[in-house]
Amino acid sequence: MAEQVSRVVVRFAGDSGDGMQLTGGRFGTEAARQGNDIVTLPDFPAEIRAPQGSIAGVSSFQVHFADRDIVTPGEDLDVLVAMNPAALKVHLPSLRRGGILITDSSEFTKRNLTHAGYQTDPLTEGVLEASYQLVSLDLTSVTAEAVAPFGLKRKAVARTRNMFALGLVSWLYSRDMAPTRDWLQTRFAAQPEIRDANLAALEAGWNYGENTETFAVRYEVAPTTQAPGRYRQISGSRATALGLLAASVASGLPLFLGAYPITPASDLLHELGKRKAFGVQTFQAEDEIAAVGAALGASFGGALGVTTTSGPGLALKQEMINLAVMTELPLVVIDVQRAGPSTGMPTKNEQADLLQALWGRNGESPIPVIAPNSPADCFRAAFEACRIALTHRTPVIMLSDAYLANGSEPWMIPDATALPVIDPGFATLPNTEDGGFAPYRRDPLTLDRPWALPGTPDLQHRIGGLEKSDGMGAVSYDGNNHDTMVRLRADHIARIPVSDAVWDDPSGMAKLAVVGWGSTWGSITAAVRRVRELGLPIAQIHIRNLNPLPANLGALLRRADRVIVPEINLGQFATILRAKYLVDARSWSRIRGMPLTVSELTEYLLSEVEEVQHV
Amino acid sequence: MSENQDQTHAQGGLSKVPLSATPLKRKDFTSDQEVRWCPGCGDYAILSAVQGLLPELGIARENTVVISGIGCSSRFPYYLNSYGMHSIHGRALTIATGLAITRPDLAIMVITGDGDALSIGGNHLIHALRRNVNITILLFNNRIYGLTKGQFSPTSEVGKITKSSPAGSLDTPVNAVSLALGAEATFVARSIDADRAHLTSVLRAAFEHRGSSLVEIYQNCPIFNDGAWDALTAPDSEGVIRLEAGQPVLASGGRLGVVQASDGHLELAPVSEVGLEKVIVHDPTATDPTRAFALSRLTDSGLMRRSPIGIFRKVDRPCYDDLSREQIATAQGRVSPDLHGKTSQLQALLAGDDTWAVS
Repeated sequence: MAEQVSRVVVRFAGDSGDGMQLTGGRFGTEAARQGNDIVTLPDFPAEIRAPQGSIAGVSSFQVHFADRDIVTPGEDLDVLVAMNPAALKVHLPSLRRGGILITDSSEFTKRNLTHAGYQTDPLTEGVLEASYQLVSLDLTSVTAEAVAPFGLKRKAVARTRNMFALGLVSWLYSRDMAPTRDWLQTRFAAQPEIRDANLAALEAGWNYGENTETFAVRYEVAPTTQAPGRYRQISGSRATALGLLAASVASGLPLFLGAYPITPASDLLHELGKRKAFGVQTFQAEDEIAAVGAALGASFGGALGVTTTSGPGLALKQEMINLAVMTELPLVVIDVQRAGPSTGMPTKNEQADLLQALWGRNGESPIPVIAPNSPADCFRAAFEACRIALTHRTPVIMLSDAYLANGSEPWMIPDATALPVIDPGFATLPNTEDGGFAPYRRDPLTLDRPWALPGTPDLQHRIGGLEKSDGMGAVSYDGNNHDTMVRLRADHIARIPVSDAVWDDPSGMAKLAVVGWGSTWGSITAAVRRVRELGLPIAQIHIRNLNPLPANLGALLRRADRVIVPEINLGQFATILRAKYLVDARSWSRIRGMPLTVSELTEYLLSEVEEVQHV
Repeated sequence: MSENQDQTHAQGGLSKVPLSATPLKRKDFTSDQEVRWCPGCGDYAILSAVQGLLPELGIARENTVVISGIGCSSRFPYYLNSYGMHSIHGRALTIATGLAITRPDLAIMVITGDGDALSIGGNHLIHALRRNVNITILLFNNRIYGLTKGQFSPTSEVGKITKSSPAGSLDTPVNAVSLALGAEATFVARSIDADRAHLTSVLRAAFEHRGSSLVEIYQNCPIFNDGAWDALTAPDSEGVIRLEAGQPVLASGGRLGVVQASDGHLELAPVSEVGLEKVIVHDPTATDPTRAFALSRLTDSGLMRRSPIGIFRKVDRPCYDDLSREQIATAQGRVSPDLHGKTSQLQALLAGDDTWAVS
């Protein structure tokens, strides 16, 4: 008889070569397929193959699954699978007291222990058993025995250990392993002995749980209540790529991606490179500047020009983005933020490119900025970035980040036929009295300029980085004209319609509002729920459009007695709110390369709420 | 190489550009903008040559695009009545690359200078040439930074005294033709602003070449570097080494010829001493670029006294943009007939292959 639990956090951790990303990914899929809500969090080193068994080489994948709606990858682990001493060293602090610790004892050799900084073997000291349910197996031997019939080499045998671990944890949580079996069948169809060995290791792991009395109890997590529909699991990278593709289909414009490989944005280049059947042209450029330049050139010719990068690449692209500002051409820039400054921590998360996106260019250079708030939300944000760029003729920056890109969650598959049409509205006729074309004669309402493509008869015109005269677009160094154009460019972006911000306060009594943007939505939402579960009122406002900001935001902020802004930077958005709305927005920040910690944020919010509610 | 690719690159550089319905004249390519180069600038002659050549090419005016970077020469697009973009320093080639990949129906010209193409944009020049994107690059070389008022450029001679090098510049100059050949360029030529007929013929060949064509144009800056090319442009100049396909490579009115020395390098020798049969015969279509490179080394790197002029190299190689479009066509040909139209294809992709239903 299995014990019912509401939510579980499992982390698979091991050496870079141990297949932990794959194991975690499959476990997440099993949970999603069983109807649980899931959020996943991969964490891997920047080094491709750090020295085996070293702390630097530890790779992990966390899966949070529940019988209800969840918004974060979870923090206190219920289960930690540590494949070697280094993984144990790095991840043990995250395991809750009483949690299940599964280790491969055969990896606890003197050499590996030394690598991980252990003087003695923690498995034999009897200390771990005092705090955790320690399940220490000789995974190497039991797996080797299970796959012996397939005649694999020693190294290949070691590579099936992860499937044994997956089988064992799948048994523990009464998972349906059919999707994983199907996946192995397809993945290794061409290598029957590898396929059969992995299947055997998976079954052996399950049977180990079933036949030994290692675990006192087994658990079940019931399906959650989700809106009816067809679902899939999706990562932020894939959702972003699909959003761009959807915008290409909705606009009828071919997608052109100019990109230079950079962590953690390269997956977008990989993903779109596979979409040639949609007419997608991916151009791996010689550098970040050439990547954005080619995208702008493609836009000039009437394609949907996109470039993808991370913070250091965005810095290099800014001059070209400014040319797009001056020429008022569409350009979509996806910045998958990572920890900076400089090279920083390439695989770790941060949201410190906000001010760079908004203000990191010379001159007065306003551009729309959008930030998705969850992996699946990247689809909608990417689509919206394209729509704004194409219809308003402007570069748009989408601020994704390493957590959104690599994290995944269930996603209700949208109906492709219901996507809104994006009309680029190309100019085809002269717009001056003498039959010429004035490239900066704007729509009086939106201030969008007409966009005429090369190849259109009689609309020949020149654009460029020099200041242009209002309307005609001739080169102009006139001071008054420049003042007019600076204000027109600002007004043009300010007029782009964005949805109102929402004051989310079920109690109707909140005096404290917590304001966030981008990927911190999950952590903030989870913390806000905990505060409310304790009966305290708190309002949440989450911003997707960072420029222009929602028109009602100032009024919402002034409704609160206290405004708290949690961010993974030193208070960049808080600075903007203070400057723009003259409110006492208080920054709360943790910059550790990881999502904000819900328990820590909850504690802080509780103390703040108690203070303002009792004033 | 597939038969399909052979056919593609056998076509000329303008083969996919629509023709003008009516014959065009020089004035059709003259914009309403006042030309603002300094009096006597070599750029006027180049603009005039281009305005004269374009109507002769017969292509539609609206399908002609000029992309430039920054510098005196980069003002060029404003003066040509076509589509144009005056972009940012050194990056014109990147913009032209994106445009060429997505728009095979355009004749794309990049206007750049020695600072723009060889200094700040040097990286892009190398990569555009090796990719062989179908664009025509006009590199105006005046051996000086003009727009910023006279600093030494990457083609200035060693020891040049300028405002930024009061004790003489220390940089070894770059030879644009040698660089282009090293970058696997398929069309490399050089001409001189003052020689209108030669410039026009070289530009015509460049436009008609499918792939990246680099034309270095020696151009005089009368304000900051006047007379830099006098040794080559004087009426009685003996410094020009003429490169003509199928002809012996001669200079100084035929008195000197280019011969191969015993160690393999090329040098000038009196024809009367070595005999005309020892003078090399120019073949720009040679697949191996070694001879073309050796010819490019005949250019003085110091004060310019002598330089080969003409087409160094003109070979066929598939261009990046044609190949990129072929990959798309191939992939589209493989789409299952069950998926009618892009929306059905998109729906299938949105779903992926691992879905579940919640009822």
